Amino acid sequence: MLRDQDRIFTNLYGLHDWRLKGAQARGDWSGTKDILAKGREWIIEEVKTSGLRGRGGAGFPTGLKWSFMPKEIGSRPHYLVVNADEGEPGTCKDRDIMRYDPHKLVEGCLLAGFAMGAHAAYIYIRGEFIREAENLQVAIDEATAAGLIGKNACGSGWDFDVFLHRGGGAYVCGEETALIQSLEGKKGQPRLKPPFPAGVGLYGAPTTVNNVESIAVAPTILRRGGAWFAGLGRPKNSGTKVFCISGHVERPCNVEEEMGIPLKELIEKHAGGVRGGWNNLLAVIPGGSSVPVLTKDICDTVLMDFDSLRDVRSGLGTAAVIVMDKSTDIVAGIARLAKFYKHESCGQCTPCREGTGWMWRIMERLVTGNASIEEIDMLEEVTRQVEGHTICALGDAAAWPIQGLIRSFRPELERRINEARAKARAA
Amino acid sequence: MPKLTIDGREVEVEAGTTILQAAEILGIEIPRFCYHERLAIAGNCRMCLVDVEKSPKPVASCAMPVGEGMVVRTDTPQVQKARKGVLEFLLINHPLDCPICDQGGECDLQDEVMAYGFDRGRYAENKRAVKDKEWGPLVKTTMTRCIHCTRCIRFITEVAGVPELGATGRGEHMEVGTYVEKALSSELSGNIIDLCPVGALTSKPYAFTARPWELKKTESIDVFDAVGSNIRVDARANQVMRILPRVNDDVNEEWLGDKSRFACDGLVRQRLDRPYLRTGGKLQPVTWSEAMAAVAAKLKGLSGAKLAAIAGDMADAEAMIALKDLFTALGSPNLDCRQDGAKLGAQPRASYLFNSTIAGIETADALLLIGTNPRREAPVLNARIRKRWQRNGMPIAAVGPKAELTYKVEDLGESAAVLSAIADGSHPFAATLKAAKRPMLILGQGALARVDGDILLGLARKIADATGMVSAEWNGFNVLHTAAARVGGLDLGFLPGTGGRDLEGILAGAEKGEIEVVYLLGADEIDTSRLGKAFVIYQGHHGDAGAHRADVVLPGAAFTEKDGTYVNTEGRVQRTQRAIFPPGEAKDDWKILRALSETLGHGLPYDDLAALRARLAQANPVFGQLDTVQPASWASFGADGVPSAEPLTTPIDNYYMTDPISRASKTMAECTATFVGCAHKRTGTHG
Repeated sequence: MLRDQDRIFTNLYGLHDWRLKGAQARGDWSGTKDILAKGREWIIEEVKTSGLRGRGGAGFPTGLKWSFMPKEIGSRPHYLVVNADEGEPGTCKDRDIMRYDPHKLVEGCLLAGFAMGAHAAYIYIRGEFIREAENLQVAIDEATAAGLIGKNACGSGWDFDVFLHRGGGAYVCGEETALIQSLEGKKGQPRLKPPFPAGVGLYGAPTTVNNVESIAVAPTILRRGGAWFAGLGRPKNSGTKVFCISGHVERPCNVEEEMGIPLKELIEKHAGGVRGGWNNLLAVIPGGSSVPVLTKDICDTVLMDFDSLRDVRSGLGTAAVIVMDKSTDIVAGIARLAKFYKHESCGQCTPCREGTGWMWRIMERLVTGNASIEEIDMLEEVTRQVEGHTICALGDAAAWPIQGLIRSFRPELERRINEARAKARAA
Repeated sequence: MPKLTIDGREVEVEAGTTILQAAEILGIEIPRFCYHERLAIAGNCRMCLVDVEKSPKPVASCAMPVGEGMVVRTDTPQVQKARKGVLEFLLINHPLDCPICDQGGECDLQDEVMAYGFDRGRYAENKRAVKDKEWGPLVKTTMTRCIHCTRCIRFITEVAGVPELGATGRGEHMEVGTYVEKALSSELSGNIIDLCPVGALTSKPYAFTARPWELKKTESIDVFDAVGSNIRVDARANQVMRILPRVNDDVNEEWLGDKSRFACDGLVRQRLDRPYLRTGGKLQPVTWSEAMAAVAAKLKGLSGAKLAAIAGDMADAEAMIALKDLFTALGSPNLDCRQDGAKLGAQPRASYLFNSTIAGIETADALLLIGTNPRREAPVLNARIRKRWQRNGMPIAAVGPKAELTYKVEDLGESAAVLSAIADGSHPFAATLKAAKRPMLILGQGALARVDGDILLGLARKIADATGMVSAEWNGFNVLHTAAARVGGLDLGFLPGTGGRDLEGILAGAEKGEIEVVYLLGADEIDTSRLGKAFVIYQGHHGDAGAHRADVVLPGAAFTEKDGTYVNTEGRVQRTQRAIFPPGEAKDDWKILRALSETLGHGLPYDDLAALRARLAQANPVFGQLDTVQPASWASFGADGVPSAEPLTTPIDNYYMTDPISRASKTMAECTATFVGCAHKRTGTHG
């Protein structure tokens, strides 16, 4: 279990003052100038040493990502874009970070931006996050007024501005290139890669897009050293992580924990356990709506980090743990997710545009058993036709929960079909 | 240059080439819907997926640039499976109404289904239905068939430069449309019909009239403007059903203006299908021999000075040389092919050509437009200017009426006085032209067809000389014609001979009675009220202004009905081919003249097309070289003087009606009503 002195988000529950004074009292903005003085290379190396992997879901090494930015600033400026379009169902970590610890993010913007040669950061915040946007704007204004950002940020000689942009609420705008499109004022549709944003990003300039949490942990890592962060968790899955535990638990919560904590321990220690006891557990979606569901026998032992969950054919995603007890209609649950992806597909490329609607419609019929057994296999095949064939990962995200359902709960699907048939015959 | 292997075959291509293009070089065809080589890459249909070694997922080959040592497979079972999957997705919401779809038989989706389709559908849910859109009189929409490839959006935005289309809605509710219902105002809108890989966008006038396999396809040349776009005429029985563009990168790439594409329904209306003779004030049908005899009777004993001939804008070179030879034999020097009175002479050839060539626009780096609106006068050429401008911008300025040309133009006012300032270097744009490596100017008929046209021509030449537009390998002096026949007429010297009258002289002479016979070879754009008491012979294909005034009507052939030679504004000699026969008793124009010459006792020395074309080449060697542009040598031309204060105009007010065919076209009338405004107030009986 994470020791209190290793906690990064010391105001995750909003018990203390979130403004500049309070943040500084908790250690934010301390020695920022000294860190900047150590130079770009040092910062990137330190983040690489820390083993920090992107907290937005894909888990790409953050330091490596920063190092992809051109070393020299060419004819176009560099940009840091912070992805605060937190829309993954089940996820609410960035929201609390921005609400209660906004200065961690603003300071992180400066350090990360400096490390990649950017003079400006754009924070693209989900439109529904109204209070969070207000707090974040206050934090930006406070930091600017205090000379922490703006011209000659922290007295470092580096000019750095942070801009807050409110999105329109489309899930797909959380995809980095769609976010860039949206930020440019265009329709939020993912771009083709290559070219990658580090080469051609916002307004055609080199751009790095990072999740809020990835940026917000950076100042603490740089202050305490990459080795400290790397010492937490497991190799290649190091550090701390904010887990969002929701669903059928006694006390749903956000909690910062060490990576690699057993799922069972996470739920029992922080969320008061599964409603009705651990044996009442049906399944857990461990990383937000787009990762496959885990059955109880896996949940008994699995560790919460990128590689452990990949080994059980699921994923850490955003670490949004959705707990479902035995009262859950799991088929209806996954059907609801299918509807979500159908609704949020941008419509640009064929497999996702057509496939998400098809999958949802079959799922709806599977809820009532109004289908044939063969259609389960067909559905599985349709998910395979979507997966890996789209421009962005939304197609994959739509396919995985259904694949997880079929893999783990096929008997339940067949039972419903047989029951419905028996009922129809009886009538 | 990166080397890569596709299906086991090595190929070396230029950096930046995509896998799909590299495969094409090897002759490996990769299926695609959204990719089009003249549009930006969208990568959204996902039909072109291929396997690339070391890539965990199949890759969209249309969007992936090649890399050194890449190993690509286009024929693995995984690739086949991926494409089958994509195709199935495209079909689940496609109505499969092929039997009643105009695209049937020439549909990319149908073709791909032959290769990658299942033999049955697995989709048991309800299909999506999308409300059709109203995009004006040319493009018919059946949006349920749309596969969202966005080719139409990209064309209208990038090539046509009229960003009126876009996609609204998300996921399966995404729809292509104009958002607020409106007719597509681009003069190139018809091209989205060709681009649409399915039957979502089809031709409205052509709807449900023919199936593609019934049509006889004839390669020909467009004559509705002076660009000489390459076209294919599709005819069934003896009617032209539709006209489509052909690829010619030097001329029209693969685009075609809406008038050229859709005015073909005018070919069956208002046709002159038999000879007429005015008796008792009314045109009465007569036989060919009666009409010929009437002409012979009138011409008998008349001196050549009392005869005059005017060639129209769609006349083929064969008819013009025959008419010229006939009038020379009759001793008449009164010839003119400049219906609008443009002050252009026969020499030097560079003075009336689009010297930089149309493809050359892409290499220019500064442009001055004088008295022209290329968007209306030559939409395809305008798209070329836009293409150049869009690539990395170039300074463009215009002297003439303000117009939305689809690119950024600096407005230098409407007064010709600016030209003098540019010529003497006192205007700031002169410096811009001078600084450019390949500056060019486009001189329109709006500047030439006026009293001081020769002064403006001279000023334009001075600008070209002063700003370094003319060098050994570049000539940026360009005249943009509006008439397909004009350059051919000038090349043949269909101009007043020694002591002869030009158009103004002919009309003034006819008013005064000094000219007694006027021969109109399809000339309908002149002021026929000025023909006075002259005996008017009209040879042409449509009952338009000229035929109304005529005393004898000799029915000729339209451009789809004859093998004619036309010279485009660049000086490119191209030939139309007969797609159908002229209606009724109408005949090839040169044959009418040949027969008439015999009746008049001045038999022309050619009996077949080959001999006539030999005569053409003899009259001007350019006619001997087809489909190429011969650089014309530069010399002094134009007049000195101060241009009048009269503002410059553009010659075309209504793009959709410029000639007898388009004036007879119902489709063009609808376009005029939609885009230009109805001449008459709409009444309650309008639909």
